[in-house]
Amino acid sequence: MTTDMTQFYQVFFEEAAELLAEMETRLLGLDLNAPSIEDLNAIFRTAHSIKGGAGTFGFSDMTDLTHVLESLLDRLRKGELAVRSEMIDIFLSAGDILKDQLAGHRGDGKADPAAAAAACIELKRLAAGDAPAATVAAPAAPAAAPASVAAQPAVSPDKIYRIEFPNEGISAQVMGNLLTNLGQMGALQNLSQPAETGNKKNSKKASKGAAQPCVLKLATAASEEDIWEVLAFMVDVSNLKIETEAPASEAAATSVANEPQLESTASEDAGYGFFQGAPAAPAAPAANPGAAPADAAATEVAAKSPGRRLSDDPNVEVTRSGRRPDDKLVVSAASETSSIRVSIEKVDQLINLVGELVITQAMLAQTASQVDPVIYEKLLDGMSTLERNTRDMQESVMSIRMMPISFVFSRYPRVVRDLAAKLNKQVELKTVGESTELDRGLIEKIADPLTHLVRNSLDHGIELPEKRVAAGKPAKGTITLQASHQGGNIVIEVIDDGGGLNRDKILAKAKERGLPVKEDISDSDVWLLIFEAGFSTADVVTDVSGRGVGMDVVKRNIQGMGGQVEIDSALGVGTRISVRLPLTLAILDGLSVSVGNEMFILPLGYIIESLQPAEEDVKTVSGRGRVVQVRGEYLPVVALHEIFNLRPKVTEVHQGIVVILESEGRKTALFVDALVGQHQVVIKSLESNYRRVQGISGATIMGDGRVALIIDAAGMIAAAQNKSAQTV
Amino acid sequence: MATTVAAESADTAAGHMANEFLTFRLGKEEYGIEILKVQEIRGYDAVTHIANAPEFIKGVVNLRGIIVPIVDMRIKFQLEKADYDQFTVVIILNVTGRVVGIVVDAVSDVINLGAEQMRPAPEFGATINAEYIMGLGTVGERMLILMDIEKLMSSSDMGLIEQIAH
Repeated sequence: MTTDMTQFYQVFFEEAAELLAEMETRLLGLDLNAPSIEDLNAIFRTAHSIKGGAGTFGFSDMTDLTHVLESLLDRLRKGELAVRSEMIDIFLSAGDILKDQLAGHRGDGKADPAAAAAACIELKRLAAGDAPAATVAAPAAPAAAPASVAAQPAVSPDKIYRIEFPNEGISAQVMGNLLTNLGQMGALQNLSQPAETGNKKNSKKASKGAAQPCVLKLATAASEEDIWEVLAFMVDVSNLKIETEAPASEAAATSVANEPQLESTASEDAGYGFFQGAPAAPAAPAANPGAAPADAAATEVAAKSPGRRLSDDPNVEVTRSGRRPDDKLVVSAASETSSIRVSIEKVDQLINLVGELVITQAMLAQTASQVDPVIYEKLLDGMSTLERNTRDMQESVMSIRMMPISFVFSRYPRVVRDLAAKLNKQVELKTVGESTELDRGLIEKIADPLTHLVRNSLDHGIELPEKRVAAGKPAKGTITLQASHQGGNIVIEVIDDGGGLNRDKILAKAKERGLPVKEDISDSDVWLLIFEAGFSTADVVTDVSGRGVGMDVVKRNIQGMGGQVEIDSALGVGTRISVRLPLTLAILDGLSVSVGNEMFILPLGYIIESLQPAEEDVKTVSGRGRVVQVRGEYLPVVALHEIFNLRPKVTEVHQGIVVILESEGRKTALFVDALVGQHQVVIKSLESNYRRVQGISGATIMGDGRVALIIDAAGMIAAAQNKSAQTV
Repeated sequence: MATTVAAESADTAAGHMANEFLTFRLGKEEYGIEILKVQEIRGYDAVTHIANAPEFIKGVVNLRGIIVPIVDMRIKFQLEKADYDQFTVVIILNVTGRVVGIVVDAVSDVINLGAEQMRPAPEFGATINAEYIMGLGTVGERMLILMDIEKLMSSSDMGLIEQIAH
């Protein structure tokens, strides 16, 4: 059974992570003044689904937290409470705790149970404390600041539970675990201690001890369901008794509830009396079990009043067994309609196979083109249909791996919101081009460097509101995240309207660190200094930034993906950092050119035109470098055969073809033997089995099954420009 | 088939060396490599040259959608002749997760070598790097040079893998 479950863990982890991300997005998008019911419902559903899943796998810490979260959300969506910004804050932090817990179950990292308990209390306070009738009954609630509660969870009033169950059939080890688990929840007192120890030490006495029930006394802030959760998996539930004693502070004043026929006594029954004044009370049983333990005054009443069977409440049932049927329905219905989960390897395999199919189709087409079209009309018809179908199929298969960049962008509103609050800055985040698609592998890799850039912009770029106003700028700064396709690349820009980079400061710092810099280096070279390891111009080291670790890592990561980083900055106006990434996996529109016996692919996005220059338009500069005049412009000529050491069929520029390439506003004429044709090609990595090759961005397989190399046009132009700059 | 080979060799392997070898010829010498490193054997096909690569890297070919670099061992080992005829064969290797093809003069057979047939490699002069030779095997009159193909292919002087220093 245990092994059966573990195989589904991974699915749950992925699903829960997605649900948490969705919850966060929705929370951040929520309009406080007019929260849409749809959004609240959606948030509620995500919490509910997580709870259902966590319950199924017995992750009780997650169930507990989502349960209280859900209770509050339920009241919000039913309109019983108004959404307030402090609620969003606590929801977000609860989401973070859930993420930690998820990571904990996954085996990396460890969740802080104290934080979870604090969040539970806070959520319960919000859920209960704000009921119209409750304001008087629970005066303690609204005043407490979330921070102080989080800092001292021990301050919250504990309740005392009396737990009784027969310890028959429970091994010493299980009992030990159980006691440890309960001990973590609060102060545990084992009233049947002598029998218990005898049990462990002497197996002969065990049978004697078994007759005696195990009685425990637990003082904890956790709810009764929490205790139930811990116990339910280990002891015989039907004989389990959990009873509430009075809160610790009032233990003397109240007597222990003692209803022998009860399976358990619900402390939260207080809620019934408690919500009577509220108009929607009968409709809100879900809020009930989540009622705050904070309202100490009410608990007193509850403890004395006869208990209600917890199992009567459908919601509590979920927490206990974690297997409410409709709970599962919600999860599966949602995932079935919108998406299916497929491993990346399967998709990659599919992509490879379709690539093969395309090549086979091209080879067939080549053969078929040699037959007599009159006799083989049907064959040729079939061939053209096959061609169309394969192309469509290739496109759809490729699109499986592509994801919109909004998957990355969606995490930044939260980052900006939290950080801006921490730094006392006013910042608005704008995103442009969220639907730009890029490869899934890149999406995962780009997230960390981008986070760093955004944090950097916020910390170093955007000034404090007073300073901005003094500089004649609006108090609220703007950070823009922009993604676009540019040629064969994806460009992601982080733009801020902050203070810009300070040339003098960077130069001074560079000298201080002993970097070899000249006074007259260009601005763009100065900006690149901030990517040096350990470089920071921050005056004070904060926990946000200033240690000088980061920008060098950002640059290294981006270069590792085959990308580039560029900086534009003006003092007092702002900074723009552009990240240029190649499309690692995409269909590239390319022009095939031939040089000697070799074929190369030029990415179409870089090509402006191709022409055969007249002899008189080709000039030499100082006897070495060649330029070609195209409509009044002199463009440097780069001969492909020289770069790649090939034997060309033609050596004179006017006998061959020049292809005018443009990147970042700079043009270069690439001299090749001839143009062959235009293709859509699948980019294959050279690096998976070989290594990076200078001037080559990848490879592809042509219709005849041969490999053609794809030229790194941007790199080639940059190299050509540098070369010409050196010669001049 | 690959799995059965793996299982057999695991059962019969004596000591740390695998004892089933694919033998091939390079000029007059006969070499052996561990069969488990071999993915497949194909004829020599047209390759796409890679600019500014060392001479022994012939280029890349398309192996069912994967771009595979091809190394000519005859050029690498500085043999006199490196002709391409109907016996010229490419052995596709799978080493350290990468797929690489090596060009050899001919493939002979697959042989089992017992521990007593394997001798440690003698000390060579500085000209031949003994680091890549696991040992020498004897089969009747024949002598096999047993190559540590994985070590050789991932070494920096092959230049097949991007070195961290770059």
